Amino acid sequence: METIKVSNLTKEFGALTAVDGISFKVSEGEIFGLLGPNGAGKTTTIKMLTTILRPTRGTASVAGYDIIKSPNDVRSSIGIIFQDPSLDDELTGRENLEFHAILYRVPKDRRAKRIPEVLKLVELEDKADVLVKNYSGGMRRRLEIGRGLLHDPKILFLDEPTIGLDPQTRRHMWEYIERLNRQHKTTIILTTHYIEEADYLCGRVAFIDHGRIVALDTPSALKEKQGGDIVSIQMGGTTAKAEKVFKRKKWIKSISKHDNSIDLTVESGEKRIPEIVMLAERQKLPISAVSLHKPSLEDVFIHYTGKTIREEEGSATDRMRIHRAAWTGRR
Amino acid sequence: MDFNAIYVLWLREMKRFTRARSRIIGMLIMPVFFLVGLGLGLGSLINTFALGGSSYLQFLVPGIIGMSLMSVAVSSGFSVIWDKQFGFLKEIMVTPNSKVSIVIGRMAGGSTTAMLSALIVILISLLIGFQPNFTLFSLVALVFMLLIAMTFISLGLILASIISDLQGFGLITNFFTMPLLFLSNSLFPLSSLPQIVSDISYFNPLTYGIDGIRKALLGPSAGITQISIWMDLAVMLVIVAAMIGAAAYAFSKSEVGQ
Ligand SMILES: Nc1ncnc2c1ncn2[C@@H]1O[C@H](COP(=O)(O)OP(=O)(O)OP(=O)(O)O)[C@@H](O)[C@H]1O
Ligand SMILES: [Mg+2]
Repeated sequence: METIKVSNLTKEFGALTAVDGISFKVSEGEIFGLLGPNGAGKTTTIKMLTTILRPTRGTASVAGYDIIKSPNDVRSSIGIIFQDPSLDDELTGRENLEFHAILYRVPKDRRAKRIPEVLKLVELEDKADVLVKNYSGGMRRRLEIGRGLLHDPKILFLDEPTIGLDPQTRRHMWEYIERLNRQHKTTIILTTHYIEEADYLCGRVAFIDHGRIVALDTPSALKEKQGGDIVSIQMGGTTAKAEKVFKRKKWIKSISKHDNSIDLTVESGEKRIPEIVMLAERQKLPISAVSLHKPSLEDVFIHYTGKTIREEEGSATDRMRIHRAAWTGRR
Repeated sequence: MDFNAIYVLWLREMKRFTRARSRIIGMLIMPVFFLVGLGLGLGSLINTFALGGSSYLQFLVPGIIGMSLMSVAVSSGFSVIWDKQFGFLKEIMVTPNSKVSIVIGRMAGGSTTAMLSALIVILISLLIGFQPNFTLFSLVALVFMLLIAMTFISLGLILASIISDLQGFGLITNFFTMPLLFLSNSLFPLSSLPQIVSDISYFNPLTYGIDGIRKALLGPSAGITQISIWMDLAVMLVIVAAMIGAAAYAFSKSEVGQ
């Protein structure tokens, strides 16, 4: 059963179309990913679905409620972890959680049980009574994640949930998100820069670029559409002869030449490597190295958008963003 | 009505207030400076004829109460902008609570801090020689104080839904509060002000609020003689209702987000 239906959702900021008529559906209990480069429109989409921003055109229903006509019903059914900081610095971690729970009408006895649980989950038990302004960036993020889960929402929106976390904590969060989804059938919509995050967590992924969905499917189906593995061959000499040789082979789906290397697209690349090497031997092609590359979501992404998501750079800007927020926060 | 949200926003303001010592001191500096500098210093030079013979300090204290209420109340808009800049506003706005409840919660928090700071000002004035005419009726002063606080919290919220940066807010509120202070009966009796100033002062909510406090604390003959305390009350009630309505409207129109 669909719990989110988005139809032709559009947001314009003046001349800029941040989200450009996107449509998709998410079923109950699904983990759905929105993947895209900076400025693609992920956050804007999430903000519209969570009723923080009004769409310019189009609409959506979340948990069966229209986001424009019944925003309050939508709000009671969802939880959200924002990309940007959203804690009260002048309160302690525990107070932030407590206030959140009251704002969501979590009954008192449930609160008393749930808050320690959440603190334990995000490993902030010993910092619970410290003012948030004395937290590190990662601790803040963990508190925000804990807060988003606190009221057991049926649908959870996570806007780059693991930004600024160390790899170990990130794993930990993935496992928790997965468990939440499995045990409580929580529907999860997440955006991310981290390809492995989408690959690991998401049942289906939508690639979004310039406000449009350019591809939408399960990670494995998306990878399959790439047509196979890439065997990349470093040549000692010219690639011209090699190209002629490989062109004759039916099982090679496509060939692309670079300066002194040549890429072959084949299925089950690991099994084809011996054959490729023997062929080169027979034809006296000077091979200096062979490498196998299984298609990743990243390749799919490059295929559809013509650019990499560039995780390294991504995480550098993430760090900057968090840093900046922390800095202005202390003024 | 979402009482949970009202309660949380109020409680949050109280926690922040009691934790920020420097803020409390900052709130009191100006009023104390005025009380001592004007009330005791300048006051001794003033011909008390226009004041009906009582000392200038007696006249001044209600004005300073009004002034501190106004400045503390307007600054609740400051905390809205603060929340907007540091992201906490998103957290509040995305919860399933009506905007009206959120506005009321802010009002409750802001009025309580404003009232607390005004009560401290009264305490300080008593220490330096203010002698009110305390009767049961004096409690009406609290009503006027609350009405002043609510009027200016509304102004603060309206400004906060238009302005988005802290510096700009600081400038604009000064731009509003300084003239409001001087174009009123806060520091000097209207009868001793130039005609034009006194005419303008009749359009200033602070004038009626302060006049009400004066009459409640010093007796019905204090303050503006042509107006009764009930007239003051009626005017203030109308103003407060209009301001709260305007604040709720401005808030519901303003879109959160960047
Ligand atoms: N309030 C706003 N006013 C004007 N432009 C905006 C506003 N919010 C977002 N934008 C623009 O809309 C586009 C999409 O922004 P959005 O935040 O949705 O991107 P994103 O996919 O979340 O990117 P990131 O990965 O960096 O978080 C960007 O070009 C951004 O500059
Ligand atoms: Mg974003």
